[in-house]
Amino acid sequence: MPQAEPITLALSKGRILEQTLPLLAPLGIEPLEDPEKSRQLLIPTRRDDVRLIIVRATDVPTYVAYGGADLGVAGKDVLMEQGGHGLYEPVDLRIARCRLMVAGPPDTDLERRRLRVATKFVNITRRYFAARGRQVDLIKLYGSMELAPMVGLADVIVDLVDTGNTLKANGLAPLECIADISARLVVNKTSMKLRHQALKPMISQIAESVE
Amino acid sequence: MHVGKQSAWLLPDAIEEVLPPAAKQLEQLRQAVLKICALWGYEQIMPPAIEFLESLLSGSAHDLDLDTFKLTDQLSGRMMGVRADITPQAARIDAHQLKSDGPTRLCYTGTVLKTRPDGLGNSRNPLQMGAELYGHAGVESDVEVIALMVQVLQAAGAESLHIDLGHVGIFRGLVEDAGLEADSETRLWDALQRKSAPDLQELLSQLSIGDQQRDWITALPALNGGPEVLKEAKTRLAGAGSAVQQALSDLSAIIDALSRWLPNVTLHFDLGELRGYRYHTGVVFAAYVSGRAQELARGGRYDGIGEVFGRARAATGFSTDLKALLLLSDAPPPSQNAIAAPWQDDAQLRQKVMDLRAEGEVVIWMLPDHEFTPDTLGCNRKLILTTDAGWQVKPV
Repeated sequence: MPQAEPITLALSKGRILEQTLPLLAPLGIEPLEDPEKSRQLLIPTRRDDVRLIIVRATDVPTYVAYGGADLGVAGKDVLMEQGGHGLYEPVDLRIARCRLMVAGPPDTDLERRRLRVATKFVNITRRYFAARGRQVDLIKLYGSMELAPMVGLADVIVDLVDTGNTLKANGLAPLECIADISARLVVNKTSMKLRHQALKPMISQIAESVE
Repeated sequence: MHVGKQSAWLLPDAIEEVLPPAAKQLEQLRQAVLKICALWGYEQIMPPAIEFLESLLSGSAHDLDLDTFKLTDQLSGRMMGVRADITPQAARIDAHQLKSDGPTRLCYTGTVLKTRPDGLGNSRNPLQMGAELYGHAGVESDVEVIALMVQVLQAAGAESLHIDLGHVGIFRGLVEDAGLEADSETRLWDALQRKSAPDLQELLSQLSIGDQQRDWITALPALNGGPEVLKEAKTRLAGAGSAVQQALSDLSAIIDALSRWLPNVTLHFDLGELRGYRYHTGVVFAAYVSGRAQELARGGRYDGIGEVFGRARAATGFSTDLKALLLLSDAPPPSQNAIAAPWQDDAQLRQKVMDLRAEGEVVIWMLPDHEFTPDTLGCNRKLILTTDAGWQVKPV
């Protein structure tokens, strides 16, 4: 019976893991192995009814939507880009905060005809410019976005901006803010319905530790 | 890559086929559930797989637009659609063809096609089965279709069912009270579907509505759980408009009835659940079993759908994918139980074979030059010519 199965929480390594664990500690959810060092992807916690799985940040919504995990922590950027109504996102954890921005050389004219935009967030970017009545050409890249305007691949980029130092170092400036980003607690829809007695208190406890 | 060589056998993404022995089990399940519906007085209809797009997408069914495969009718020049849902067809039949004034009960099974799989891991060619009750606006008809749905799912082998109930009238009533525009309503709906309290609060803070209205809408994402939630909702939403109070009292009446009709089913409430919001007008429900991430069946009230076909009718019903239900049953595949008959031009043998088949036995001719192996034919007995008693069935 799944009721006896542990609740599975999907996390990704790095900033999200580091900043989520302190929020889980008041609930007694502490990994028995250090997830950053361990090669195990399925990690038991001090509570035998809760276990962690370690997946890529962009895979967290997929694991949770398919029921591979009951809960997960995913960046708002990932949720906005992947879209869909497969998940509940009840709590803003207010961690891993940054901004999703349009950036480019400081003298860029954003109103010019058919900007070329390099980004890994193609869906968000298309929606954002379309909502402003601007037709743009999208160039999908997987990393090192800042390079694209420098070598003439694109006019501007859409990327996550934290301190802005990387932009600056590459001669770029933030031009427009698309959205404030933070990590959200996401919940599988069926788990929320079938296991609400276990999940609801856990979700409100996590929300409390955010306060 | 041997693209041409390898791709001839390949099926499109999320398109399934059913092979032996599952196909036989699926057909048995189909007959069993139609029998149940017949015993409840639901009459079977067989709508066409394709019809004019206008009829398929008419009324409140516009959500189906993206799901529907479309093509041009060479005869009329009009657009046709391959049905992605049989419910609008049943509504058209009730409103325009049957024209009865009293309650009409219809059921159906048939393959539908969807351009996109409906949810993760689902098929694009489900074998849809459903039952619809037209012409009665009270909660009693909702109770009837939910109870019928439960019996259908139990016949398919579902144990420890959970029924999730909601009511679109609550959110709709709150939005109307607050006097919000369609665009704001859509954005609030989107945040509510994700139960994103933070997004909902941010959206509400940008709208000019009263504090009281804001509090009511903000309460919705957390109003889910067991029957106690309904009590909480009555307190939290006290003072909201009459449509909201009516929705809450409808839900109470439905729980009261269902807890007596279906004592073994777990009831769950989710007042922020707005599945099929544009289409439904009252209670909405879905059935789940533990260990399955996807809902098994869903339905709800969709009054007024017949209006475009000439007659607005109260309507409630449910539908499910029989192919998905087949996975619930852990019945073993049918055992090998056929009889092998040697290929001989013998009138007595032919008569014996016909007699056995009339008794319900499976008899398979052993074609010439075919080595007999019970394994390949599924036979555990064969016909042997005895000197004293003619053709006799003997174990292999």
